[in-house]
Amino acid sequence: MATKRVKFTFPQELIKEPVIYKLGVDFGIVTNIRRADIRDDMGWVVLELEGESEVVEDGLEWVTSTGVRVDPIAGDIIEG
Amino acid sequence: MPHVKCLQCRECKTEYPIEPLNACEFCFGPLEVAYDYNSVAKAVSRKSIESGPNTMWRYHDFLPVEKESAVDISTGFTPLIHAKNLGRQLGLDHLYIKNDSVNPTFSFKDRPVSVTATKALEFEFDVLACVSTGNLMGSVAAHGAKAGMETMVFYPADLEQGKIQGAAVYGPTMVAVEGTYDQANRFCSELADAYRWAFVNINMRPYYAEGSKTLGYEVSEQLGWKAPDHCVVPGASGELHTKIWKGIEEFEGAGLIEKAKTKMHLAQAEGCAPIVEAFETGNNQVRPVKPETIAKSLAIGNPAAGPYSLEVLRETGGTGVAAYEDSIIDGIRMLAETEGIFTETAGGVVISSLKRLVEQGKIKKDEVTVAFVTGNGLKTLEAMGDFVDPIETKPQMNTFQTKLSKRRD
Repeated sequence: MATKRVKFTFPQELIKEPVIYKLGVDFGIVTNIRRADIRDDMGWVVLELEGESEVVEDGLEWVTSTGVRVDPIAGDIIEG
Repeated sequence: MPHVKCLQCRECKTEYPIEPLNACEFCFGPLEVAYDYNSVAKAVSRKSIESGPNTMWRYHDFLPVEKESAVDISTGFTPLIHAKNLGRQLGLDHLYIKNDSVNPTFSFKDRPVSVTATKALEFEFDVLACVSTGNLMGSVAAHGAKAGMETMVFYPADLEQGKIQGAAVYGPTMVAVEGTYDQANRFCSELADAYRWAFVNINMRPYYAEGSKTLGYEVSEQLGWKAPDHCVVPGASGELHTKIWKGIEEFEGAGLIEKAKTKMHLAQAEGCAPIVEAFETGNNQVRPVKPETIAKSLAIGNPAAGPYSLEVLRETGGTGVAAYEDSIIDGIRMLAETEGIFTETAGGVVISSLKRLVEQGKIKKDEVTVAFVTGNGLKTLEAMGDFVDPIETKPQMNTFQTKLSKRRD
């Protein structure tokens, strides 16, 4: 089993999409939300994902394909 | 390290022991070093600081490490220059340039990395590591060499050769990561979990960030123990902006300066300005962007300290400014031609933004203003383009004089 801490950033048009629910139902990933801020025009959720390593990777790839941005919780770590 | 209390979550305020941690176990918020400021105030005075070394380590009481073990390559206490020529051009009587491009590896990154390398030795790490596209890699490689640590430098595989050589010369293991920027970013984040290495801006981030506070101390001391009216600070992750302000506030809290009324302005490049965009739209969320700027050292699309930088902007009455991409080189040349200081693109962003702040009436003629120049121009020569237009002459006096007259007309 692997755990991953990630941040999802939702553009306005995807705020109403049940992305996290689908990660649980369609991929069997355990999701645990720790912090979130959802507004009319954008939103983000910081959460932990738990599941088989490959399944978590597949799940994140699917989330990215929907247009939701996936980042490590530390944000961009590649510095100039 | 007598004045350090703990690590504390910036969001939920949960406290943690002093360990190589960067995220809160409860809310995953970032951790920051917390101090016993009463103890700091008792230990320091203007005199004690003035009798310290002419480096950033004169402020060791405000840093989360033991002085004795400092990995010091003579970083800090860089010149604060009264920029009379540039000031005259912009209409400012009291403009100062904090020239941090003269640090040992030619950027301000030596400040946070010096603290991190020192802390890494205290934690008994064997390996110092970073992922970088420029200034940070050179600084980590140099400090790793000085500390006698194994050093790992990760970088995107398509990085320019000049930047790679500038770090490789110190003898680290260089690792070129293939794939997109986002893939490299996530991969390196996972590496930090997988290996017991001191990753400077990941698991060591709370200590790393503290080094940048020394810029706030230095400027206040160099202005005669007084905070400036305005600071113009380049913005990438937003951390430098918040830490300079933290430094000024800490000096105030320790009774070393009077109450600061500094307006902390943030300068980003138009092609990567997520914090400025949030500031201008009144948001307290920072919307990530895909960087498209020539200011590569500021190209952080999802800035970790963005929300905290916004807080500092609003708390101090500062302004977020995005420098137009085509004005960045103008800013570099303006500083070079007036003050003889050649800065990299981030400095061009600062000077160009400073000009806009003056034009907008945000900075007045008689106010003390400090512009932070954080990196050397030789690092971003490729961004300058082909701007040299020499007089071409045969080795004959007449030809030369004719051509010179024509140029001067």
